Amino acid sequence: MRGPLTTTTLTRKLLGPQNRHLWFWIFVGPFVLGLTLFTYVPLAWSVYLSFFDAHNTVSPTEFVGFDNYTAMLGDDAFTGSLVTFLVFTAFIVPATYVLSLALALMVNRLRWAQAFFRSVFFLPVACSYVVAALIWKMSIFNGVRFGLANTVLDWFGADQIAWLSTTDPPWYWLVIVTVRLWLQAGFYMVLFLAGLQRISPRLYEAAAVDGARPGWQVFRHITFPQLRATSVAVVLLLVINAFQAFDEFYNLLSDSRGYPPYARPPLVYLYYTALGQGQNLGLGSAGAVILALIIAVVTVVQARWFGLGRKED
Amino acid sequence: MRTPRSASPSTRPGTRPNDPPRPRPGIPPNTRDVRDALVGVGRAVRLVLLLALALLFLIPFYLLVRNGLSSEADITSPEWRFFPSELHWSNVREVFDDPNVPMAHALLNSSLIAVLTTVGTLLLASLAGYGLARIPYAYANVVFYWILGTLMVPAAVTFVPSFVLVSSLGWVSTLRGLVVPTLFSAVAAFIFRQYFLGFPRELEDAARVDGLGYWRTYWQVVVPNSRPVFAAVGTIVFIGAWNSFLWPLVIGQDRDAWTVQVALSTFTTAQTVNIHELFVAAAVSIVPLLVVFLVLQRHIVAGVERTGIDD
Repeated sequence: MRGPLTTTTLTRKLLGPQNRHLWFWIFVGPFVLGLTLFTYVPLAWSVYLSFFDAHNTVSPTEFVGFDNYTAMLGDDAFTGSLVTFLVFTAFIVPATYVLSLALALMVNRLRWAQAFFRSVFFLPVACSYVVAALIWKMSIFNGVRFGLANTVLDWFGADQIAWLSTTDPPWYWLVIVTVRLWLQAGFYMVLFLAGLQRISPRLYEAAAVDGARPGWQVFRHITFPQLRATSVAVVLLLVINAFQAFDEFYNLLSDSRGYPPYARPPLVYLYYTALGQGQNLGLGSAGAVILALIIAVVTVVQARWFGLGRKED
Repeated sequence: MRTPRSASPSTRPGTRPNDPPRPRPGIPPNTRDVRDALVGVGRAVRLVLLLALALLFLIPFYLLVRNGLSSEADITSPEWRFFPSELHWSNVREVFDDPNVPMAHALLNSSLIAVLTTVGTLLLASLAGYGLARIPYAYANVVFYWILGTLMVPAAVTFVPSFVLVSSLGWVSTLRGLVVPTLFSAVAAFIFRQYFLGFPRELEDAARVDGLGYWRTYWQVVVPNSRPVFAAVGTIVFIGAWNSFLWPLVIGQDRDAWTVQVALSTFTTAQTVNIHELFVAAAVSIVPLLVVFLVLQRHIVAGVERTGIDD
């Protein structure tokens, strides 16, 4: 069976396993090319376009320097959208972290029906934000009587609430946060479950021998520190995903009258700036560049802070 | 006295290392009884809590089906009822017959997009992952970081520049425009690379001895032995493609190019359809994923765990 190189045809010479560079690019080339074309080129184009005036057109018309950037940063609506994002992140990241970790801890300890509970909590991952937003908006947090939340409030004799249009107090936050919590907690629960499986039982034995009380002490001194790598990854993913929040905001809050002037995260704002009626693509590009820079900085700082990436090399 | 731990060796996946440690032999029996009782109570509380949470997690699904099978009057009735007064299975046909609702067409679009995206992503990302992991090349790391770099820039941020590119290619409202730009998933390539790094070299060496080059080794040896990772990444990509919203909203502007998600969203904001039809449509839209989910559940969970991000 040895000695395939005896048939030295031209193609064999060209495409033989010894020509590694060529084979590397045959395997990796198409992907890298596409990635470059559909990620790096648009980014570069966006940076370029952000220095131009481009209304209703994808080709730059007039060079305006940093005007788009100053306009964007001086725009209360845009800076307000960044604040919206920060508030949203401040709510959703800890909430998802705690819920998914708690679910993982509880499910992990089950002796029976583990698969059932894991499936139930993971099931919403199959649901889209559009569908979830529909259920939340039209069935649970309906402003009128036939919503579930208001029905429950009514049982307790409380007043009904127009969930999505009350800004003082901002009840719409409850709706927005619970949708995302429902949709993503199961996913992160699975990540935590994977992390829990990897903790050596010996550590727990050692803790028991040392007299650590099961429960809080074991969790604090064994489980939690051992989950560090998973926790770092989960927080990183949660923040990145929160930055991309669009679907639920758009679907919960916009209606036939348009989008309300509150609760606009950056992507919703950019969507309306770049593709709304004005179609101001230059301005939208500037906003996208600013947002990309912020995300890159946050990600790098966070990764450095947690020491992520050291292990990957 | 010690509970035998050897029954669950640490290397076996699926063990439950979190079982509360048994009390130490030295502790007076009295304390131990109290502790055992507390553990028992803790277990019961935990189970009740889990059941309550499971119920909360299932309620939205129930409401989806309940409203989908109710009459309009039942949904909007001021007297909220848990069960609809009557089940209207005809709602399902109604939503497909309604000329205002391009439901069948949207489902077809979504299916095409999800299948093409999944197949394309698996092909491109697995080849790239294999090349990066297994073909020695001086600049492989540079290429790898070039790919990883795009992870820093979330896809959603690039929607403005990507729209600019796609529209200048003339791809707006086309299948091309909806599918092609989404095919290059750095995450998928990363998962495949990590997986192939751990692929047993002996199998490939045997293939090499048999005279197979990289290409045939890949297709005849590596791929058939890597079905789980393909299934895992495939289902995740499929779910993502089926549920994606922002890109189809931006690119699928014509009604003919609407995906299910865009169609549903348009109806919720425009309120041109009846609520019960909207809920039926939404319920129908998650059926394909539930099927995929139920059939491939183990792979999905394994795939999520395998993303390598928590190693």
